[in-house]
Parts: sequence; structure tokens; C-alpha cells
Amino acid sequence: MKISCEEAAHICTKSQYKEAGFWEIQKLRLHIFMCKTCAQFTRKNKTLTTLCNKAGLNVLSESDKNTMKQDLEKHL
Amino acid sequence: MAAHELRPETWVDRYADYLFNYAVARVSDSEIAKDLVQETFFAGLNSAKNYKGDAAERTWLIAILKRKVIDHYRKINSKKGKAEVRINYSSDADSEGDWLEEQVADPFSKDGDNTLENEELGLAIQECISKLPKKQSLVFNMKTIQGMSTEDICNELGINPSNLWVMIHRARAALMGCLNQNWF
Repeated sequence: MKISCEEAAHICTKSQYKEAGFWEIQKLRLHIFMCKTCAQFTRKNKTLTTLCNKAGLNVLSESDKNTMKQDLEKHL
Repeated sequence: MAAHELRPETWVDRYADYLFNYAVARVSDSEIAKDLVQETFFAGLNSAKNYKGDAAERTWLIAILKRKVIDHYRKINSKKGKAEVRINYSSDADSEGDWLEEQVADPFSKDGDNTLENEELGLAIQECISKLPKKQSLVFNMKTIQGMSTEDICNELGINPSNLWVMIHRARAALMGCLNQNWF
């Protein structure tokens, strides 16, 4: 059941996208219980997820950007 | 001292998403927003010789984009009658009461500040994302903002999942650091 901090961070990041498995999460919980640094990291990671959701971010797709780049280059 | 100079060849990579977010928040239509960003880049290119270098590149581009947004609203409102707001009293004829309050009351109005704050937050995040290495920001955007599945991203970029998670992890750690002062 014991995992390294590195592994814990990895699971934590995965769980932000709901892609961590059940046992992984149990392992993470146990680790957080014992490790303050990882507990803090997890808290921050969660906050980041909340912030990203709250901000309602938009991005242009890569293809849109490439078209833009090409158009721009023509004018350079 | 010319503290800033223009490098148009880097504009799309560095500012497209930032400007796009700014525009989407104002015109609420991603197609129009995209066009406005494109026009902004062109206009920037055309008036590059007027750039004095006393503002940062991005500030300068945002200033142009602002004008483009205003122009956009002028254009769509220029035809007569288009700008009219038509309100009829509630369709079910039975209701009586405070006309204005009923028709115009905005149940979400207390979110006014939130919307503003969220937009600022969005721009702050976008700014931090633009500071990431190109590959990391690409993966982060695909995963977090476009919500693509791990498998799709791996296929598209030709990387394996553990590779992807490492990049996402680094990106997130960097973002936490970058946003730390203002938002945590």
C-alpha cells in the first residue's frame, strides 16, 4: 500500500481528470494521511482544477492557429 | 530606450489564446471572436510602424482588439431597428404586477461580480499557460480545456500515457506556482 511521493503526485494529477483507479485513490488517501507535503500539493491541485473550471477557459484549436499563422505569414 | 519590440511571427503562439479569451468574453461567439483575433493580428501588422515600444506587445494587441470589439458592435447595430429592444408583457395575459421587475429582473444579477472576476481569472490562467513550454501548454490545453481523452491526445501527439501525465503534472505544478500569488 505504500507509495512514493512521486507516485502520489502522479495519482493526484490523474484524479483531477477522474482517471485514477479506485485502488490508486485509496493508496493516495493513505499517503496523504501520512505526508503533509503531498496533502498540501493535493489541496493546491484541487484548487487549480476548480479555478480552471470556474474561469470557463477557451482555446483556439491547433488547426485554427495554424491557419492564422499562415495567413499572418503571407502579410509579413 | 526601446524596451519592447514587435515579433509578429510569435504572436499566434504567444497571444492567440489570451486574445481569444478576451474576445469571447465580450462577443460570446467563438466564431466572431476568432475573426476578431485574426483581424487584430492583421491590424497590428499594418500599424507596426506606429508601435513606439512603450507598452508591452500584448497590451498593445489588446488595445487593438478592444477597438475591433467596439467596431463589431457598431457594425451589427448600424442598421436601423436592430438595436431596438422589444419587450412584450408576459405571454400569459392573466398575470398582473410589476411590469419592469417581472420582465427585466435578472435572477443571476448577483453574479455580476463573479463574471468579471472569472474573466480576470481566465486571463490570469491564460497568461500563466503562455509561459509554459510549448509542448506542455499544448497537452494541458487539450486535456484540461478541450477535455480530450488521454488516448486521443496520445494518438495525436505520438506520446505514451505516462509521458502525457508527466507533462500534465509539470504544467500543473508550474501553473500553481504562477497563480500562487494572486489566486490561491
